[in-house]
Amino acid sequence: MSATTVVKAQTPFKFYTSFILEEATGLRAATLPQLLHWLRQVPDGCLYHHTHYFLLSHHYLTPGPTNDFAYWVTEVLGEEPLGELLASIDTMQHASLQSLRDAVIETIDSYLKQHPIARFKFASEGEEFHFVKSIHVVVPTPWSAWTLEEFADSLQRVTVYSLYYHVFDSRLRLGRPTNDFAIWLEQQFGQTELAKETAAVDPYAHTLETLRALLVSLVRQQLDRDDPEPRRDAH
Amino acid sequence: MTQSHGATLTEYEPIIGSSAIEELRQLARYFRGKRVVMVNSTRVGGGVAEILSRMVPILLEMGIRVRWEVIEGSDPFYKVTKKFHNALHGKQESITPDMFEVFLEQGRHNARKLTLDDDVVFIHDPQPLTLVDGRARRPDATWVWRCHIDVSRPHPGVWGFLQPYILQYDAAVYSAPAFVQRLAMRQVLIAPSIDPLSDKNRELEPSVIDEVLRRLEIPRDRPIVTQVSRFDYLKDPLGVIDAFRRVRRSVKCRLVLAGGPATDDPEAEEVLALARERAKDDPEIHLLMLPPQSDIEINALQRASAVVVQKSLREGFGLTVSEALWKARPVVASAVGGIPLQVKHGYSGLLVHSIEGAAYAIRQLLNSPEYAKRLGENGREHVRQNFLLTRHLTDYLVTFLCARQRSDTIHLDNHQ
Repeated sequence: MSATTVVKAQTPFKFYTSFILEEATGLRAATLPQLLHWLRQVPDGCLYHHTHYFLLSHHYLTPGPTNDFAYWVTEVLGEEPLGELLASIDTMQHASLQSLRDAVIETIDSYLKQHPIARFKFASEGEEFHFVKSIHVVVPTPWSAWTLEEFADSLQRVTVYSLYYHVFDSRLRLGRPTNDFAIWLEQQFGQTELAKETAAVDPYAHTLETLRALLVSLVRQQLDRDDPEPRRDAH
Repeated sequence: MTQSHGATLTEYEPIIGSSAIEELRQLARYFRGKRVVMVNSTRVGGGVAEILSRMVPILLEMGIRVRWEVIEGSDPFYKVTKKFHNALHGKQESITPDMFEVFLEQGRHNARKLTLDDDVVFIHDPQPLTLVDGRARRPDATWVWRCHIDVSRPHPGVWGFLQPYILQYDAAVYSAPAFVQRLAMRQVLIAPSIDPLSDKNRELEPSVIDEVLRRLEIPRDRPIVTQVSRFDYLKDPLGVIDAFRRVRRSVKCRLVLAGGPATDDPEAEEVLALARERAKDDPEIHLLMLPPQSDIEINALQRASAVVVQKSLREGFGLTVSEALWKARPVVASAVGGIPLQVKHGYSGLLVHSIEGAAYAIRQLLNSPEYAKRLGENGREHVRQNFLLTRHLTDYLVTFLCARQRSDTIHLDNHQ
């Protein structure tokens, strides 16, 4: 088989980006029981927002706080042990927002059973937890790729929001089995190993820029394996 | 010095990156051939006019046919809207039925004067709110109301009067989740922003900073702790002085309290006098009453500071925090209003709740320059991602696109 650098996909990878607006729900919690109460009722978009938006808006932090619940419980209520438990919920292990919601509820519920006094901790005025929902407006970007070389180049250039859309949105919110990059690599090039490696990268453990560097590096390594000669322009 | 006004979109590229600029331009293409009108109550003065004066040229540059209309007002009307403003903020006000009539009559007058037949009508704040009564003339247009004030605890009479008008809009926009009431409509959260190219925020040469501090007679022999804000009880300048004195017991430093004259605030002189009395001619406490248009001076003071404080007792959004963070300054700020959106405790600054807490946090930062530096750097990145004019503009365009749609995910095809 000729070098992957010049193998063209049948279908190009089209990079999209997602503009995210925050929508207020007007729901707020000042205590852990109130937080639990609303957690059982809010739409999935709220769960997604509070487990992912922090990551996007603070994506430069390493290591960053994983979700709004962990941050609020730790920094506002001062319940560090519970904050730690919430921060350690492995989002990668949940295939749906409902499953993630159940895990958050179960973590808080069990903690309250073990530490009933925590029910009485409350946030002072102005520091309540406000439930917010994400609205996603998905638009195509000018970037697309027919080859691995083009794919690596585009991946290097798109905004972190585009990266976020293809990695985070595709899996948990849109219910795809893995991220969009892994699916395309597998389907278009049969790059099973590369697809597996790409799917295995834990996006929650990196800043978005580090994630970008990791993904680009995986593709470049594949290109080097396919074509050990100094890389040439694919066009 | 170079003049910073009228920046083009390309000038933001080194700050937010070419891809983000391209995405913004791409978003703007969805408005090709469309007309957008912004309506507010003043062309100059105040944060809304300032942000519109910077946004409108960029929207035009991107090919959007945007215009900016200002409603007409009369003295009685503005007296009423000032009372409404205070009442919406939760201040006790005596509201009489004739005030509602003054408000409505001026609204009818403005509706006759303004032709609002654009594709998107973007109304800012309560003064022009009733213009929405005319939307039936063009039912397919998108109407969005931008509420720049905190309506979390509004006067029930005023809120009840305004609510039927608000509900006629396709979407309402607020600055923070805490500012919102529960309403059966799309309510979007969009934080205000700072302009990184304005005189208040652009990079300054060290020589400019030196010159400003020399002129303001602030020696740079020890670390400077600064709060920039009006002399207002709610900004707690006296609390800042007390916190500073606690810090100085163990760390040598200077305090700068910089504010401007507020002709519309009779309390300002009183608060300044109290601050002077509390400072007691302390040579390490500098109380500065800066004239209007002192943006370069404020910029230089923030950049020269080892720690920037915003110890407000109540706050709107508190954009002075973002101004300081943009300069990578470590910030100590009260957890009130929109400040917790700008500062995540221990990540991009320190949040406090008391004079003692403020003193402790300032001391921590002065004693741990590496920690302070990291918080400042994180803060700058946080502002770059979330509180710059370009993000603000992007959010407005996205709001216009999805205001009339109820879905949580909206897919847009390639624009024509």
